[in-house]
Amino acid sequence: MSGTAPNLAVVPAYNEGDSITRVVRQLHEDAPDFDVLVVDDGSTDATGPLADAAGAAVVRLPFNVGIGGAVQSGFVYALEHGYERMVQVDGDGQHMAEEVGKLREAMEEDPQLDMVCGSRFISEGDYLAPISRRTGIHIFAFLLSRIVGQRVTDLTSGFRLYNRRGIALFARDYPHDYPEVEAVLMVHHHRLRMREVPVKMLSRTGGISSISSGKSAYYMVKVLLAIFVGLVRAKPVIEPGDEAPVAAGARI
Amino acid sequence: METRIQVLAVVVSGGLLVLVLELVRSRRLLERYALLWLFSATILLGLAVWQGFLATLSSAIGIIYPPNALFLIAFGFVIALLLNFSIAVSRLSDQTKVLAQRLALLEKRQRDVESVGADSERELEQLGSPR
Repeated sequence: MSGTAPNLAVVPAYNEGDSITRVVRQLHEDAPDFDVLVVDDGSTDATGPLADAAGAAVVRLPFNVGIGGAVQSGFVYALEHGYERMVQVDGDGQHMAEEVGKLREAMEEDPQLDMVCGSRFISEGDYLAPISRRTGIHIFAFLLSRIVGQRVTDLTSGFRLYNRRGIALFARDYPHDYPEVEAVLMVHHHRLRMREVPVKMLSRTGGISSISSGKSAYYMVKVLLAIFVGLVRAKPVIEPGDEAPVAAGARI
Repeated sequence: METRIQVLAVVVSGGLLVLVLELVRSRRLLERYALLWLFSATILLGLAVWQGFLATLSSAIGIIYPPNALFLIAFGFVIALLLNFSIAVSRLSDQTKVLAQRLALLEKRQRDVESVGADSERELEQLGSPR
């Protein structure tokens, strides 16, 4: 780890001992100008030591705080160490390191962008989620696209690149349980800019998804609640230098 | 209100008040969380003792049997207390999360400092013992 590169890859990992070594190695190989930080979310297996041995910086949470809290540790780390960009890459090997470059290019093309999301659904990928989950994702995508006034296709993708403003916002406040959907809403409310970029993703190579089928119903309800709370939530926090909020920014 | 049920109501709400006071006194209950309990117990005790007011109140909201009004009010307090606790738990879990993050980042920093320190010590040793 050089500590001087302006880019950081954050890998939240909970019991990903099977895949973490490969994920870290591939990041080093295919995204060499990114420092790698593994956030070990209170794993009970050797995830932390393995990541350390593979050459990543490791932050070890004392107990399992959940995906939102784990990723937020990454945002805080990136903020405190002065990284210009941060990409989130899941520890299960689902996100491909060579796709990081695509997110980065999109951000370099348009410096206005604060968040670039990798989407499985823009182009034909070989990714196939269970049908129940895909339906859910499309329903949320439809709803959220209406709310934020921008087409959003892949809400549950955690494969996202943030710039300094994005990092600062989410270091301060990042949603708890299933954070990706609410994060899109927050980006909208705080008047940051986002874009989606088509990427390929693999099926999981090890471990258990944070969204098991039994939890899908809970997930649906929770995310719906988050969307509607997000709609009626108190006015967005305006940062200095921002344009004044316009009434009826949300349209549904 | 019938005397037996009034005695029961006074004893129960009085007992609750005394219990809460004792818990606060022995520092097993923080004042912050005791306030709502004290408030509820006092109101319930007041209504149990002062029957006339309870009767007026219950007829005003259309309850024929005054002790039922007492139950209704007690139930309202229970809801308020439960909500209060949910809010407290939410705040606590949020604070716990932040603490865990801070601790993990500090530990990381500590390890980095220690490994740098160990490296430079080794270098110093090598410098100090020329062969």
